[in-house]
Amino acid sequence: MEQQPMDTSFEQSINNRYSFWVREALDELPHSFTITDPSISGHPIVFASREFLKMSGYSREEVIGKNGRMFQGIRTNRRSVMEIREAIREERSIQVSLLNYHKNGTPFWILFHMFPVFSKEDGRVIHFVGVQVPIMPKPRRSGSEFSRIEVNLYENGAGFRDTVLGFCRREVCSDTVAELGRISNLDQVLSADTELTDTACKASDLEKRRANTAMSNILSMLTHYSESMGRLVSDKRCCPHNMSRVGASLNISLGRIKQSFVLTDPHKSDIPIVYASDAFLELTGYSRHEVLGRNSRFLSGKETDVSTHLQITNSIQTGKPCTVCILNYRKDGSPFWNSLHISPVRNSSGKIAYFVEVQMDLNCGRHENQNVGPEIRQLSVVGAVKVAVRSSGMIATTSDS
Amino acid sequence: MLRIKRVPTVLSNYQKEEAEEAGAAGGCGRNCMRDCCLPGAKLPLYAFRNSDKVESSDKKEPPFAFLDSLLLGEWEDRVERGLFRYDVTACETKVIPGDYGFVAQLNEGRHLKKRPTEFRVDKVLQPFDGSKFNFTKVGQEEVLFQFESSEDDEVKFYPNAPINVERSPSVVAINVSPIEYGHVLLIPRILECLPQRIDHKSFLLALHMAIEAKNPYFRLGYNSLGAFATINHLHFQAYYLAVPFPIEKAPTRKITEFKGGVVISEILKYPVRGLVFEGGYSVEDLSNAVSDSCICLQDNNIPYNVLISDSGRRVFLLPQCYAEKQALGEVSSELLDTQVNPAVWEISGHMVLKRKEDYNGASQEKAWRLLAEVSLSQERFQEVIVIIFEAITCAVISESEGLGEEEEEERDVEDVDEVRDGIMVVAQECLVQH
Repeated sequence: MEQQPMDTSFEQSINNRYSFWVREALDELPHSFTITDPSISGHPIVFASREFLKMSGYSREEVIGKNGRMFQGIRTNRRSVMEIREAIREERSIQVSLLNYHKNGTPFWILFHMFPVFSKEDGRVIHFVGVQVPIMPKPRRSGSEFSRIEVNLYENGAGFRDTVLGFCRREVCSDTVAELGRISNLDQVLSADTELTDTACKASDLEKRRANTAMSNILSMLTHYSESMGRLVSDKRCCPHNMSRVGASLNISLGRIKQSFVLTDPHKSDIPIVYASDAFLELTGYSRHEVLGRNSRFLSGKETDVSTHLQITNSIQTGKPCTVCILNYRKDGSPFWNSLHISPVRNSSGKIAYFVEVQMDLNCGRHENQNVGPEIRQLSVVGAVKVAVRSSGMIATTSDS
Repeated sequence: MLRIKRVPTVLSNYQKEEAEEAGAAGGCGRNCMRDCCLPGAKLPLYAFRNSDKVESSDKKEPPFAFLDSLLLGEWEDRVERGLFRYDVTACETKVIPGDYGFVAQLNEGRHLKKRPTEFRVDKVLQPFDGSKFNFTKVGQEEVLFQFESSEDDEVKFYPNAPINVERSPSVVAINVSPIEYGHVLLIPRILECLPQRIDHKSFLLALHMAIEAKNPYFRLGYNSLGAFATINHLHFQAYYLAVPFPIEKAPTRKITEFKGGVVISEILKYPVRGLVFEGGYSVEDLSNAVSDSCICLQDNNIPYNVLISDSGRRVFLLPQCYAEKQALGEVSSELLDTQVNPAVWEISGHMVLKRKEDYNGASQEKAWRLLAEVSLSQERFQEVIVIIFEAITCAVISESEGLGEEEEEERDVEDVDEVRDGIMVVAQECLVQH
């Protein structure tokens, strides 16, 4: 029920950026990859290549709209998952070995290479592309009977030869430690001849090259098809990040919050909305581009009590939270009583960066059977936003330095 | 007897200087968590689903993050009611440059208005002392909700549940001196007045809380006595910090697989030596492996810290000896001057600094140097591993026994097959190349 407008938003995510034949063109590439959109709540997959579907065993309908974590399983290395999560937050590329699971439950090792695609006009992250190169089993030197394990598939066994890998060699220290020198310049603390986490499987240079080739093929395709739309994309952030909206990493964190709210920027003239949640759009009937950049008073109409606006202004000027009951109007003109809670939100420097405005439709009985009271639910949005904003600033500090 | 002097953190608004406390006994009237005020008292009650499978791969989108929402909402409510000593979101914080990403926070207000108190640091287990501050003395407004296991397979929530003294509720209360947003204390069976000491039931409760929150940035921590716990009344701490902790980034090396499919690894390339517990076919498997190890450490009088991370999927266990060194005068004055008490959060890489100059000059090297003092030596750590493994009865596989390890993996594969309901699965088989 909460997902009704979604199917189109997954389509739109691609259609808004790239011209008509892009899907066909991407499908003709021999690579296994997905494209995800961090600006949609839940960071869903909006495109999956034909090769990817073949490799994972899922149909397109089963993966579009889902988060990439659906391919992970019990033996997937948690540290690798964390690394991917952080790369997304920091809007950078990452190459990591990962144990994914086929639809039928079979695990297989891939080299996961993910990179952000930026908009040339404002430097925002438009999509992430996740390339998946199967890691080939390496014959064991001793040549024992374990060197090859026949993969026995009970359904559509053909066509998986390359992708379903029951095994890989155990990670041995020496070459990986070199990689880890990057992680720590303090390696002397431990001797170098220790074996790393046993669940990691290392990609060969060949596989890394294949991932890089796939990346450049996909990029040139995306660049080409964005050119004809006049909305060019690039693998590098070309211009300083335009702060008229919030960054992709904050966007992802905020996207997890399911209730209706907006963030406004008090440091800009007329305090414009810089983020609007999906639930806000659902509540008011507006689309995102109609909302961003405007002061939230556009929800008011002729019957709205002017004095409540004064209360809101006062709250913002004093930096204090407040709750008001205000008559607002949807896009279709229908009015609703909004119990609006406003609270300042500080960034990692401890300064007020935004105000969060959490809406609650007083006539809407939808939340009645949820037992956490509406006031606590409203405050939970404030808390979640505070955590997200504070942390996203900490990351930004590092990437700037 | 080893003692150190330190400024204790004020966890509750009802935590007074000991002398004052003694005088205040008697007529209460402050709505506390003791017999005098409990009759008729009500608090929200959250009962978590008591399922025994570890949620491994969420094939489905997780349902509404109920506990997360409850906790954040109730905490923000206490912010607006002004119960905290300061606004932690107004404290400057940053990720220190470097590959590990140590986190520093400048918190000048946390330790004001308190004089140093003596703490005995050479006894990990000490009896509960009702004359000292304990959590039954906190005001009910500081308690956010009761937290318990549901009778059946469903999450239950009662916004206004009576506090049933007979059932000895576990509660979640605010820490009035938070080190990050959402800083709370989980106090298992608060009315039983348990000393700071891990037991199976309480650790399982803490693990469930991490799982229920469904948020990898909400972690729980535990400090034993002698490892910078300040209150000898059983409690875990938890808060939100939406960046990875350095300790979570450290590579690990598998040492062994314990019963129930729990994998025990050693933390590598990190200043504090420690163990990581993960996997397990059920929450109880993981919980028991950790509890058994903690119980072994405390019974052997070894101070330790525990971090529950990744929504309850990974548990870090860190024996430490900083307080002991400090009491013996073996810690440099340069480190002592920073007044950083290396408890679980500091060890995990989140440093709360009291002086502006320490904050401005914070570097990965300095954080590393401090934490290196916390760690056991390599020899002692190996000894401690042996003690733990003897206690929890599983064999240590030495690095040279590669083949043995391989067999271990083989068994693994079969086990995975079993859990996957008889579906034919070829799990990853990792081979050793020398």
